[in-house]
Amino acid sequence: MTGLIGKKIGMTSFVNEEGKNVPCTLLELGPCVVTQVKTAESDGYEAVQIAYEPIKESRTTKPLLGHFKKAGVKPHRILHEIRGLEKEVKPGDALTITDIFEEGEFVDVVGRSKGKGFQGVVKRHGFAGVGGRTHGQHNRERAPGSLGASSFPSRVFKGKRMAGRMGNERVKVFNLQVVKIIPEENIMVVKGAVPGPRNGYVLVLK
Amino acid sequence: MDPRIQAFEEQFLRNDLPRFGAGDTVVVYYKIREGNKERIQPFEGIVLQRRGRGASETVTVRKVSHGVGVERIFPIHSPLIEKIEVKRYGRVRRARIFYIRNIKGKIKIREHPNKYGEAGGK
Repeated sequence: MTGLIGKKIGMTSFVNEEGKNVPCTLLELGPCVVTQVKTAESDGYEAVQIAYEPIKESRTTKPLLGHFKKAGVKPHRILHEIRGLEKEVKPGDALTITDIFEEGEFVDVVGRSKGKGFQGVVKRHGFAGVGGRTHGQHNRERAPGSLGASSFPSRVFKGKRMAGRMGNERVKVFNLQVVKIIPEENIMVVKGAVPGPRNGYVLVLK
Repeated sequence: MDPRIQAFEEQFLRNDLPRFGAGDTVVVYYKIREGNKERIQPFEGIVLQRRGRGASETVTVRKVSHGVGVERIFPIHSPLIEKIEVKRYGRVRRARIFYIRNIKGKIKIREHPNKYGEAGGK
């Protein structure tokens, strides 16, 4: 999959020609710098490693610094490997949105979802809760209910959905339509929501 | 709001509409598609509120039709709005005049011909 790294700017909406409200997310994508080109001879497969957002040298680890030096580029915050890039590139080249994406096509977007902290089973797994306050019950409206059968198996199955940490995980949403591309500002507008907070890093793939 | 979001919204904003607000009587000419035919349906009533900002701003218009109150919410910047005409500028003392729903009998709103200054608003 080929793609680009970027940041979420935020959401907005507009009314299209049919009078339908279109929710959309603005993303700042690239420019991404090529840091390594992997070939079948040297690495066993074809791929291109790209980097996003330059940072100070002092913010990089020494091993990574050597890697960036070898490519002859400044240190960057995020690295990712993409495959199937049609354009011929060499280390140091910059990739922008128009190199990869077109308006109207469908893309997948990867982000890190907002952390929700320790959440109960109703929010985390969509349980229905107990369902009422009447019939003598109290203080267990959002309880998970039974965890399983009794003497057999006399234990709780692994993977049983329970309360716990929610969010702050990698989430990929599929098939978002590219509404618009503004190449001068490195902005891509996709239809629908994208995981993560504003200014969170996203990976757009196609 | 991020200035880049604002810039993106701007291209959808309509600046061909007159100024109006709560208490004004307006006619909204709304395009309706029936099969392949398109026609324009005027909707005349009192503006109850304007809500939202930017490209997603809406207006609530209320009229009484055959004794039944009818309210419609239009996205102001929708391309389906052919035009908006202001029939009467009304003077009201709040931004959202939901209290007129509860008025029995005739709704009286004082006229305010110069509501938006000499230019009459754009």
